[in-house]
Amino acid sequence: MTNALNLFIGLAMGLNLLALASSRLPSVIRAAALQGMVLGILPLLLQHEFDWMVSLVAVGTIAVKGFVIPHLLRRALRAANIDREVKPLIAFVPSLLLGAGATIGAVSLSGVLPLRPEQAGSLLVPGSFATVIAGFLMLVGRTKAISQVCGYLILENGIYLFGLLLINSTPLLVETGILLDLTVAVFVIGIIMDRIQKEFDSLDSSKLTTLHE
Amino acid sequence: MIEISLIAVPLLFAALAWVWPRERTRSWLLPAAGGLHAAGSGWLLAHPSAPAPGAWLGFDPLARAVLPMISLLFFVGSLYAVAYLKVRQERPNRIFVFALLILLGFLSLAIQAQHLGLLWVAAEAATLMTVPLVHFNGTARAFEASWKYLLVGGTGIALSLLGSFCLGYASLNAGGNGDLTFHALAGQFVNLSSDAARYSHPWVVAAWVLLLTGYGTKMGLAPMHTWKPDVYGEAPGLVGALLAGGTTTMAFVAVLRVKQVIDAAGGAEMTQRTLLAIGLFSMLVAALFLLGTPDFKRMLAYSSVEHMGILAVGASLGGLGIWAALFHVWTNSLTKGALFLSAGNIRRAAGTANEKEVSGMAWSAPLSARLFVTGLFAITACPPFGPFFSELMVVRTAFASGSLFTAAAFLACLLIAFFGLTRLVFAVVDGRPHVATRANASRFRETAGVILPPLAFLGFSVWIGLATPPVLSGAWTAVENMFMP
Repeated sequence: MTNALNLFIGLAMGLNLLALASSRLPSVIRAAALQGMVLGILPLLLQHEFDWMVSLVAVGTIAVKGFVIPHLLRRALRAANIDREVKPLIAFVPSLLLGAGATIGAVSLSGVLPLRPEQAGSLLVPGSFATVIAGFLMLVGRTKAISQVCGYLILENGIYLFGLLLINSTPLLVETGILLDLTVAVFVIGIIMDRIQKEFDSLDSSKLTTLHE
Repeated sequence: MIEISLIAVPLLFAALAWVWPRERTRSWLLPAAGGLHAAGSGWLLAHPSAPAPGAWLGFDPLARAVLPMISLLFFVGSLYAVAYLKVRQERPNRIFVFALLILLGFLSLAIQAQHLGLLWVAAEAATLMTVPLVHFNGTARAFEASWKYLLVGGTGIALSLLGSFCLGYASLNAGGNGDLTFHALAGQFVNLSSDAARYSHPWVVAAWVLLLTGYGTKMGLAPMHTWKPDVYGEAPGLVGALLAGGTTTMAFVAVLRVKQVIDAAGGAEMTQRTLLAIGLFSMLVAALFLLGTPDFKRMLAYSSVEHMGILAVGASLGGLGIWAALFHVWTNSLTKGALFLSAGNIRRAAGTANEKEVSGMAWSAPLSARLFVTGLFAITACPPFGPFFSELMVVRTAFASGSLFTAAAFLACLLIAFFGLTRLVFAVVDGRPHVATRANASRFRETAGVILPPLAFLGFSVWIGLATPPVLSGAWTAVENMFMP
């Protein structure tokens, strides 16, 4: 069980690096979507017997993270007619190196945080921290609004991964609420992006520099 | 039942606002919902009842100590909103009214939430509902502010979710059964075996760091305050008042609830130190930025950062400090209400908020300028206004607990902030009006609807400071007792 779990988490960690290294926005979106789907499968692996609520959340997660949100993002991409992140604040190779460093750091940090016996040996904690940091790097290091949204999605994926530690003990109502919030968040972000696109004729958030001291 | 209605009534009115066919009369739904909400929370304030342990939702002492203030803020603000939307008829107001009501509903939910996860969901929803309010004006600057708010606020709220998970995991390691209500969480860490403590303590530390960062972003503590000047600068004055008095209060309640659990888990010293450090740092950063900012609405944002710092310092002192912090929640929010609404009037009369282009507002908008100046003295803690008494309480508690450095640093920051605030306010009010702003000013009317609400806020500020109603001080004492070990 732990082996299969770690395999999927390793895959998600690899997708972090793929997203960090990629300059083409469609592949960043694809990496974030694939990661969301991989994580959506995990609750099914973690449960001991079939629980329809868990399955429902898994299906919901895969649908929202794998299909609905990427679809919204691709539509925004087409509307803005852009394809590449041209001038990131943190260039691709440094951000890849930072992401790899963060992955190593997360693995060593998780040694300090003791896991419960039944979860010992799983990569849930390092995977979660590495994903959160990768998402954060994209959030601060990219200038295209769509890359920043993908960064936010990856950040949320990392937190979702951490939430799986608690899946057997906490009511799923909370998880459902989280999923709902995420959907609404991306929806709101989408509307704002649409307005920014119309107002500034670009989705380059580095142009948003009027407000400062 | 009334507890639930505080959440349900605003949400029902929001649905009604969405389907309401007439633009001109829709804004009256705001005072209607606000009045009902205020009546409900006032009744609960006067008739306290202990919520059932294990309930996910309840009007516990902490909710009782702050929610009536938010009701009052919203109700008086909603009367201003009617007048404001009347002069802003060129903008469609369906989404604005809808989002304001939803915000009130989720603030009530978050403050009454007794469950870690429910608190997070409500706080996140309230954050998202603020976005359409911020870009009501539809300008490029407003979109920029909304975008930055989404990114910074979204990251903050994500970190608080991660922190909530860490706290949940800590409670599992301490032998908890997965019950994430605050009551149960605080109980799970008592009398731990050394082994369980060893397994749970690192997670408790991680949880506190992440939750303080996350909810601190929402509160606007430095250095996570960067969204505040942009948002308060671009949002309508009314929205600024609700953010500075409502949303930040909700985040402060969240910090207090988490602090209670962490304290029970043996982290009392850590929470005290971090809150004190971040509180004083916020006050210092805000005071220094106040010396330089040229925009009088952004000025209010830095003032808000400063006052969030005061709340954090008060909470760090514990005991009577918490009482003083809750007192300050009331006086600061109501005074800020007066400042934001009068600043909104001045902004409309001048057409801009930059000191280089605005002066002589005592001529162009005489009543609003007077309110603004009075509000300035109120917020910089001049007697007889409320902030004087609440800040005095914080300083006295600091002296009484022997933290002379805290008291000295606190007073020094207040003094610097006073210089910064007076500099800008008098630059805007005094002198002769700029030629460019005169055309705007001649269209501006100081009707009763835009003058009486800020005046009422100042009145409340004096009243709560000079003659604190016993029912309120009793409510704050009840919270203070909650934090007594």
